[in-house]
Amino acid sequence: MQHYRRTEIIVGAFMLTGILAIGLLALQLGKVGGLGEKGYEITATFGDAGGVRNGGDVMLAGVVIGRIKRVTLVKSLKAKLTLEINNGIQLTTDAIASIRTKGIIGERYVRVSQGADEQFLQPGDEFDDTESAINIEDLISKYIFSSGSN
Amino acid sequence: MNGVLNLFGFMGRGLLRTTERIGDGTMLCSRAIGHLFTPPWLGRQLVIQLYAIGFGSLIIIAITGAFTGMVLALQGYYTLAKFGSESLLGSAVALSIIRELGPVLGALMMTGRAGSSITAEIGIMRVTEQLDALEMMAVNPVRQVILPRIIATLIALPLLIAIFDVVGLGAGYLVGVNLLGVNAGAYIGETIAKVTMHDLLTGWVKSAVFGLLIGCICTFLGYRAVPTTEGVAQATTRAVVTASVSILIADYIITSFFL
Repeated sequence: MQHYRRTEIIVGAFMLTGILAIGLLALQLGKVGGLGEKGYEITATFGDAGGVRNGGDVMLAGVVIGRIKRVTLVKSLKAKLTLEINNGIQLTTDAIASIRTKGIIGERYVRVSQGADEQFLQPGDEFDDTESAINIEDLISKYIFSSGSN
Repeated sequence: MNGVLNLFGFMGRGLLRTTERIGDGTMLCSRAIGHLFTPPWLGRQLVIQLYAIGFGSLIIIAITGAFTGMVLALQGYYTLAKFGSESLLGSAVALSIIRELGPVLGALMMTGRAGSSITAEIGIMRVTEQLDALEMMAVNPVRQVILPRIIATLIALPLLIAIFDVVGLGAGYLVGVNLLGVNAGAYIGETIAKVTMHDLLTGWVKSAVFGLLIGCICTFLGYRAVPTTEGVAQATTRAVVTASVSILIADYIITSFFL
């Protein structure tokens, strides 16, 4: 009887350790239960999204303030990005969203630069100003051809 | 002509026998799991099995996890340094462990550590006619012996693999940051940024399926062992081989579904 009691306690401790490990992974890496982490949505339309992915970062002044929630095509012409901005971060109505690259071959992210307006974007609004992705190949070919004609 | 026919006969017999065994095993496992929904529930048997299977495998799983994380950090650093992207080391280690190596290596270690002993134990119960004795006493051996072991592997393996993941990530961090000098902030930041709930779910689905596979295969082969010393030895070998191969095959299938 005493022996079974000991077994029971050890099994309990084992299960607790395992569940703690699962919880740790889910909370730290799975971003589950990030209470108050939920944000509001703002859309931005780009001529060239440069291959951004869902889940990519949205940065303001080099700080992550949200993520790219959805990438869709509008009328088979333009790319529409739905950005989820963390609550508590206010963007001016004339803020500019641009697609940039981390490093030269790094991943694409959305950079937001604040404007000078007094009004703030409301959930569901759209960025007025956007800058498409800078395509390095285009830049290089432009440089080569313009220097070749001289 | 006769030789060719014999060959066909041999192949056909082999196929039929394999199908028969798979069917027999599936039937036995579903019968065992069916007992889960009707009383009496033998909680005490489950606790004893969880102790033997789960807690018993804890140390080997922790050691495997630690060294897997460490060697992944070393190998990943060696490869990534060629591209100058050492900062990605954290996510490379974390994704490899959580998506793939944790579940597979954990399940293989579990097969070797616990699966073999399940088969041997049940096989010896068969040899010493303990299973028949249970039936004589109107105790259903499927409910008393097989079900607790299947449920115990099914519960224990996901928990063990979560522990494997945590230990592996910690060990990878130690090697990557303290030994190889990767920036600590970049290591943790990349890990948190790149691992999603989807990756974790993939790992957990894998570990639950592997747990069920180990439980079913090892109990079945023990239960149907030829009741001789040699038969038990054969059954144990076959259990480890069959469970390991099934884990690797199931791993590919689950990965292709979840990608």
